[in-house]
Amino acid sequence: MSASNKIESGAATDQIVIVCNGQERLIEPGQTVAAFIAAMDLNPAMMAVELDGRVLDRTTYDSTLLTAGARLELIRFVGGG
Amino acid sequence: MLEIAGRKFRSRLFTGTGKFASATVMKAALTASDSEMVTVALRRVDLNDPADDIMSHLDRDHFFFLPNTSGARDAAEAVRLAHLARSVGNTNWLKLEVTPDPRTLLPDPVETLKATEELVREGFVVLPYINADPILALRLQDVGAAAVMPLGSPIGTNQGLLTRFQVAIIIEQARVPVVVDAGLGAPSHAVEAMEMGADAVLVNTAIAVAGDPVRMARAFADAVRAGREAYESGLGRRGTTAEASSPEVGLDFLHG
Repeated sequence: MSASNKIESGAATDQIVIVCNGQERLIEPGQTVAAFIAAMDLNPAMMAVELDGRVLDRTTYDSTLLTAGARLELIRFVGGG
Repeated sequence: MLEIAGRKFRSRLFTGTGKFASATVMKAALTASDSEMVTVALRRVDLNDPADDIMSHLDRDHFFFLPNTSGARDAAEAVRLAHLARSVGNTNWLKLEVTPDPRTLLPDPVETLKATEELVREGFVVLPYINADPILALRLQDVGAAAVMPLGSPIGTNQGLLTRFQVAIIIEQARVPVVVDAGLGAPSHAVEAMEMGADAVLVNTAIAVAGDPVRMARAFADAVRAGREAYESGLGRRGTTAEASSPEVGLDFLHG
């Protein structure tokens, strides 16, 4: 019970704002790029991730933490000529 | 057989994947085109519809993806897109497009040269989309472009090979493959480019927006094969006066 209370109060006070593909998102602090992608139900194999203007190496998604104000771009292939 | 940067291609028709009505039609048309090389673009994941992934419909063992840098307005943006393309596609091949003016989508020669130099240094296989400028084509191959892709006419216009004269010079001078790209609106345009000795053509709009894209893809495939066959066969000389195809002897019985 106390754990869920803690999460609830945390949600009200501790969440941070990042910008993903131009949209503001509220996330828990300490979330990794890999966890963020998984929470969005996205397949990391089908896209590239740019964090603050730099393409992230796939092997670092697990160890890269998202901090307040982070600018994330999730980019994939689409039809084009 | 066509060879670019050491990779062999059986088909000389490259096909774009844009503007198709659905993924199903796209896949059927690409299959009918017999293309091996297909271009793709890079865009943001649609966070409201993340499952909408058109590329998951294409088998990458069958189709060789050539990511483009469409949307880049200068060299820096193109390089940024190149890095993303390498990460998404696990490929170092790139169709370099730098088009600062959305109205004409004509490529910027200075930024294209600058980006080619940078990306070749970084190990990319760069196929730059260019205006049909023979001097620029030479400069690009000098700095390591793997092919050059001169336009027939502006992207999406279906106007055909308006740049015929300059493309002929590019082909004559080229030491790298010449892929005529953009504006080819009918199979006859593709034949024209191939008969001139273009190594390949890239077609997107003309197939994607056709009444029946699958049959149009087949028509382009036939056209590209016919044009190449004609080029390799050696076209006859053009004349300005008639030369009879039938013998001129043996007509005495008529004219007595």
